Amino acid sequence: MQRLRVRYAKRGRLRFTSHRDISRAVERAVRRAGIPVAYSAGFSPHPKISYAGAAPTGVASEAEYLEIGVTTPCDPVQVRQWLDESLPYGLDVLDVVEAGTGGLADRLEVSEWEVRLSGADRELAEVAVEKFLAAGTVEVERLTKKGPRRFDARQAVMELEVSEGAERTAAQVGGQSCVILRMVVRHMTPAVRPDDVLTGLRLVADFAPPVPPEVTRLAQGPLDASTGALADPLDLDRDITRGGEAGPVGEHVAG
Amino acid sequence: MPVESIFHRLEALLPKVQKPIQYVGGELNSTVKDWDSADVRWALMYPDAYEVGLPNQGVAILYEILNELPGTLAERTYAVWPDLEALMRAEGVPQFTVDAHRPVRAFDVLGLSFSTELGYTNMLTALDLAGIPLLAVDRGEDDPIVLAGGHAAFNPEPIADFLDAAVLGDGEQISIAISEVIREWKAEGRPGGRDELLMRLAESGGVYVPKFYDVEYHDDGRIKRVAPNRADVPWRVHKHTVMDLDEWPYPKKPLVPLAETVHERFSVEIFRGCTRGCRFCQAGMITRPVRERSITTIGAMVENGIKESGFNEVGLLSLSSADHSEIADVAKGLADRYEGTNTSLSLPSTRVDAFNIDLANEFSRNGRRSGLTFAPEGGSERMRKVINKMVTEEDLIRTVTTAYSQGWRQVKLYFMCGLPTETDEDVLGIADLAKKVIKAGREATGSRDIRCTVSIGGFVPKPHTPFQWAGQTDAETVDRRLKELRDALRNDREYGRAIGYRYHDGKPSIVEGLLSRGDRRVGAVIRAVWEDGGRFDGWSEHFSYERWMAAAEQAGVDVSWYTTREREENEVLPWDHLDAGLDREWLWQDWQEAVSGSEVEDCRWTPCYDCGVCPTMGTEIQIGPTGKKLLPLTVV
Repeated sequence: MQRLRVRYAKRGRLRFTSHRDISRAVERAVRRAGIPVAYSAGFSPHPKISYAGAAPTGVASEAEYLEIGVTTPCDPVQVRQWLDESLPYGLDVLDVVEAGTGGLADRLEVSEWEVRLSGADRELAEVAVEKFLAAGTVEVERLTKKGPRRFDARQAVMELEVSEGAERTAAQVGGQSCVILRMVVRHMTPAVRPDDVLTGLRLVADFAPPVPPEVTRLAQGPLDASTGALADPLDLDRDITRGGEAGPVGEHVAG
Repeated sequence: MPVESIFHRLEALLPKVQKPIQYVGGELNSTVKDWDSADVRWALMYPDAYEVGLPNQGVAILYEILNELPGTLAERTYAVWPDLEALMRAEGVPQFTVDAHRPVRAFDVLGLSFSTELGYTNMLTALDLAGIPLLAVDRGEDDPIVLAGGHAAFNPEPIADFLDAAVLGDGEQISIAISEVIREWKAEGRPGGRDELLMRLAESGGVYVPKFYDVEYHDDGRIKRVAPNRADVPWRVHKHTVMDLDEWPYPKKPLVPLAETVHERFSVEIFRGCTRGCRFCQAGMITRPVRERSITTIGAMVENGIKESGFNEVGLLSLSSADHSEIADVAKGLADRYEGTNTSLSLPSTRVDAFNIDLANEFSRNGRRSGLTFAPEGGSERMRKVINKMVTEEDLIRTVTTAYSQGWRQVKLYFMCGLPTETDEDVLGIADLAKKVIKAGREATGSRDIRCTVSIGGFVPKPHTPFQWAGQTDAETVDRRLKELRDALRNDREYGRAIGYRYHDGKPSIVEGLLSRGDRRVGAVIRAVWEDGGRFDGWSEHFSYERWMAAAEQAGVDVSWYTTREREENEVLPWDHLDAGLDREWLWQDWQEAVSGSEVEDCRWTPCYDCGVCPTMGTEIQIGPTGKKLLPLTVV
């Protein structure tokens, strides 16, 4: 069975889709596109589509991954086009490769996030980031389905920096500048999410943005052993199937 | 002038609410037209949560038809949950459409589809959030025409003060006709304002404008008469009937939501109307006559619908789907076409006979064989004669036994409690029936691994049915009978464990009864309930019986007078001026025959018994067979 690995984006208002919403949308898009998806055997057959490291509801992403098993071999370039056309606007297919060896989920070691904080004070943000990075551990609490859970939000954060940019979405007042946090966070258990880092900033320096943040995952993948930079997780598949054609990492599409 | 989207204001609230995806629109096959490309603009509302409203066929069909009409646009709006409602109030965000997030008040028409009366409070929330005055008399030039349709609109009197207009029956043609009246009136520069527009709609006889009718009452509270208060307004308003469903093959572009909804499938109406004559069934009475869609149109709609939507389930809808004259060929043809594609077929409404098991076998050919549902409705032979549900005990047991022998493990039996003339014994008869079903099933299969579930709904007398005169059974009696039935099922050592039991208490049915057969005086109760926080009354976690009773008391409305009181033959009923085509004398005669237990046959296969619909409405029964078959699809 051929397996196809798909990188897709969750943009704009479709950031409000949950993981379940996306899986239904993908199943239907695959059917509409006529992709020969394989089904599991048994009493109630399911299409063989699996997801790795999905971003939470309300968080946009430029780097979500899924894998489709197909019954007859397909051209990844064709599948990219068909699937993208069949998915609703805002769920956009960016890359499709034929799977090589090794699991996809294992390669997703870190994520790069962008957090836009409208109306926040840049200087306060910089002070808070400095204090956060200087701390050895920053214990935060999050409400999980099993109740409140305490964990360290500091250790997973590999990079955290402040910049400034123009407003992108219409959710806030247009034209106004906003503080942008960019962070690279290692995937751990329990997962440390951007909002946990924001909780950490509040705890160390009383830094609290006035409106809900807009969070986007820019990339996720393995750490390059030599450079320490975030690499395209599909490059390994490309190395095997097509001899190392470069992937679209770093190509950020504003939406 | 273009109307601004409110999305940027809504977006800031969405991270704080449950299931935000339901408010963002963007469904596959949804339509957003330029505001200025249309001069007639409809906001279509299903007054319940998005997850219930999105799959609604009525709204989906009108949405497509109106958007196809040149110079016309239609968008959809749904009830927002209380968490978002609170935020919208705090931030001043108005009721919006999910398509282009335009404020509902900017549209020409707010069309509401009422499948059930329990959506009335949600209508008030939407009007209030939209900034539209609750009472029609308070509305001005800039407010939309608030128009109700759907089955509950066959008695819109309880919400008459909140409505500008209502339409009865099939919406396809009348929504187009209304659009043209509005277009003309606007093109002429809105002569005579809102009042003249409503007059033009009312004069046609096809649109009911409550304010052009006065209701007079007797001293004892009964209605004396309902009469038009202007010349040129007809005494009675008639329902609309679409003939030749093949000419209206909607939905062509099924809406595919991102959010999870109650029906995740592509639905095709295989026929409209039903003449089985079940006396409790309002849908069967008000949608006559039967009009079938042909096997070839059904096949084409299914093929197109699957291709356009990507759904993996197809529902063949109607009031009694196995009654389609070519259902066997439809079932076999579709099962053949989609064999091996993981597409499942379902037939939601079926009757009790062996033929249905053949159909169910055909439909489950490639999939699971889990459960079958039958609806004998009445627990005793006598009860079933009263309601004209012609199923003998022998039929039922033979059918269910056949199902068990062919591998079905679970059978669900649906009954009603609180039917006219019902006694405790009739309800306890359900337990006997269920036990006999299990006994026969065990004998036929030699296995104890079979189950049946008894599911009970409370009966509510409905307008335009032979039971419109009946006294509704009070909640205490219904609850007592349901408890006795539960004990009779549970305490049975031999069969008790093989029988499941599902029921609801009798109180919600009383509120539904008040709203179903209420008159204009009930409007004050609805408003008081809403002001007290009543929302989503169709949801048990939101419904409050106590709130409704307190509001009724406050409004001086005697709930039992509207519900448990039996009406006399010549009492003017609140909906008598609304014409579903049914001859009042025939309805009364059928009510008398119900009490004496005589049955009426289906007019599709026996001579006409003069219910009155076809001659008054200028309609006729349209059924096959066409003799055509579904050919295999060419490989995609």
